[in-house]
This record gives sequence, structure tokens and C-alpha cells, in this order.
Amino acid sequence: MEYDHEGPPLPSARGPLSAAVRDYLLSGGLLPPEEAVAAAPAYGDDLQLALYQCYELHYRGFAGVSPDREWDPDLLRLRAALEHRFLTALRADTDVHDSVADAVGDLLVEPVDGKGVTHFLRNEGELWHLREYAAQRSLYHLKEADPHAWVLPRLSGRAKAAMAAVEFDEYGGGRPDRVHARLFADLMGDLGLDTTYGRHLDAASAECLATVNLMSLFGLHRALRGALVGHFAAVEITSSPGSRRLAEAMRRTGAGPAAEHFYDEHVEADAVHEQVVRHEVIGGLLEQEPHLEPDVVFGIDATGHVEDRLAARLLGDWRAGRSSLRTPLPS
Amino acid sequence: MPNSPSDTPRRITVQRRGPLLVEGPVEVELEDGTTVSSDRFRVALCTCRRSRRYPWCDTSHRARSSGPDDGAASGG
Repeated sequence: MEYDHEGPPLPSARGPLSAAVRDYLLSGGLLPPEEAVAAAPAYGDDLQLALYQCYELHYRGFAGVSPDREWDPDLLRLRAALEHRFLTALRADTDVHDSVADAVGDLLVEPVDGKGVTHFLRNEGELWHLREYAAQRSLYHLKEADPHAWVLPRLSGRAKAAMAAVEFDEYGGGRPDRVHARLFADLMGDLGLDTTYGRHLDAASAECLATVNLMSLFGLHRALRGALVGHFAAVEITSSPGSRRLAEAMRRTGAGPAAEHFYDEHVEADAVHEQVVRHEVIGGLLEQEPHLEPDVVFGIDATGHVEDRLAARLLGDWRAGRSSLRTPLPS
Repeated sequence: MPNSPSDTPRRITVQRRGPLLVEGPVEVELEDGTTVSSDRFRVALCTCRRSRRYPWCDTSHRARSSGPDDGAASGG
């Protein structure tokens, strides 16, 4: 069997499910039965890491693991059970709006006295908070826009053209030095973080893993294309003001020019992307497939749900003066 | 001079509340005579004059209300 020599190392296990997936990827053997999945907490470290490992095979894989495992039927069967558990919890726990207009309308209102993570970082964030934030967000930003590229073959016409245009912008408009994932690696460099893909997986909380697993779940399933579009819209609509606060945090702490630039670029880019996604991607999709409106709403609101859980985790730890990471960052 | 037959009019999208959307690339001449440019596929030009990145939109036109949270992620 061929193995990937490059790629991130497999993460350390966080429980029986993630340990079984790790062992299976390295040396085969038996995967856990569906009952074991049903018994695991849906948002817990073990289930989220097991799912993350399954999904990573579709991105870059892991060093020492065969690339053929991506389409291993037994692993796909386990992944389906993990996804079912996660998606069932998301559907049960997400407060959904009545319409896309209502869901988007709420996202477009800026709180005067916000209490979110970006407000905290702007007002009182120290460099160690910013480093922890960047290390965890690197799980997504080092593959920024990748989960959303999977939706392109599932769209057509106006929605497809607009989605492709936004993705082209995310990928630097044809210039490798402007690819957003590259800009984020430059930000990490300013913060003294290791920029290697997958380096901070062990440090990331279950709440952080859930935000990335959500994108992979929506991106990999054509049946969830409406939710993927809703998710993307939620990210793009909330990004611009949040990025402005993070740019201010980077400036105030003297993090460095690349750290400022990443968020400055997102203030401007996402003010455009928001408009294109709202009017062209959502508008185009629902013009062709109006029955997907509840899925778009679910995608928007489920994104808010997992982001709220991450915010509670980060702010809870930071306000108590503790690290939000599972393993410390090298100083 | 008429434009060449291959030129199509540049589309600008106007909204009652929100930026002007212009197909990029664009060059904008500011009041003091300086120019700024953007080669993005589409550009959002501020019309509310509140942007801190004027002439580019930074979503400062949005309605504001007292609320507990800033919602989702940043950097899309």
C-alpha cells in the first residue's frame, strides 16, 4: 500500500473513538460499532476528533496513512455514524429563524456593546490571547475556502458564477502570495506560531473542531448544499466588522504588519463578499431551488450555534485567566 | 470617440442602504486628487461616508442595536 509521506501527523487520541480511527489509519483492524458512536457526547473531544480525522483524509491526509483510506468503505460507514450523531445534535440544538430574510437581517445588525470574542480581543486581548486564537483558527484558515469549493459542482447559473468569483478572491485572484490561507500563515509568523499545516490540531478545543467539522459536513454532502451556502453567508456577513476589531487588536498589541494585514484585507474583501453571497449566491440558489430555504436558514443558524459554543469556551477560559488550549504553545 | 464595439457598459449596482457595487478593477479619484485602486472582481464603494477605509465599504452603514453577541467567525 502507498503511504502519504508528507502531510500532518495524526493527532493524539482523545478517547476510544478517536483512538480507534487513529489505529485504523495506521495499521487497519476493527473500527468501533455504531453503538459506541451513539453513546459518545456529540460535541465532545472524542467524537469531534474522530470526525475531524475522517474529514482530513479529503483535504491533505496524514503522514504515514494511505491516501486510499479516503474512500475506505468501513471508514465511510463510521464517518456516516459520526455525522449522524453530530447533525442530529445540531438540528436539535439550533434555534432557527423563520426565513432567510430574518436570519440574514439579524446578522446585519451590529451590537453597540458586543460581548463576543472579537470585542474581547479588541478591548483587552493580550498577545497570548491572540496567539491562542490564531492557533485554533489556523485549523480553518490554513485551508481557508477549501470546504466551500466543494459546493461549486452542486450549483448552477448565477449562484455558481458568484460563488466561484468569491472563491477566486479567497484564493488570491490568481496570485499565490495573496491566497488567504497564505496571508494567515504570514499572520501566524508575526505571532511567532508554527505555520505548518495541521500543527495545532492537538491544541485545539472540541468547540474549535466542531466549527471546522461543520464546514466539512456541509461541504462534502450535496444534500446539504443549502446549508453550506447558508454557512458561507453567515461567515462572510459577520466577518467584516469582526475583522475590523481583530485588526485593531493586532495594531494595539503590536503583533506585526502581516497580522494586521490579514484582518484589514478581510474587512474590505468580506464587505464585498457579503453583498455577492447575499444577493447572488443565496438569491441565485433559491431562485432555482426555492425548497432549499430552510436548509439555508439552518446553515446560517447552525454556524451561529457552533460559533457561540466556541466563544463561550474561549471567553470562559480567558476570563478565568486560563489557557483555552489543550496543549501549551511553544513560547 | 465612440467606444469600440466590444466594450460593454460597466455595471454598477445601487442599493438604498449599502455600498455601490462596481465591477472591478477600479481606480477612484478622491477629493484631494489622489487615486486609489482595487483589482478585486467586484468593489464595494462606501456611500454612507462612515467607512474608516473610505472609499471602500467596511460595513459601517449597518444598523446598530444593543445586543449580547458578535455572532460568528471572522475572516471569510
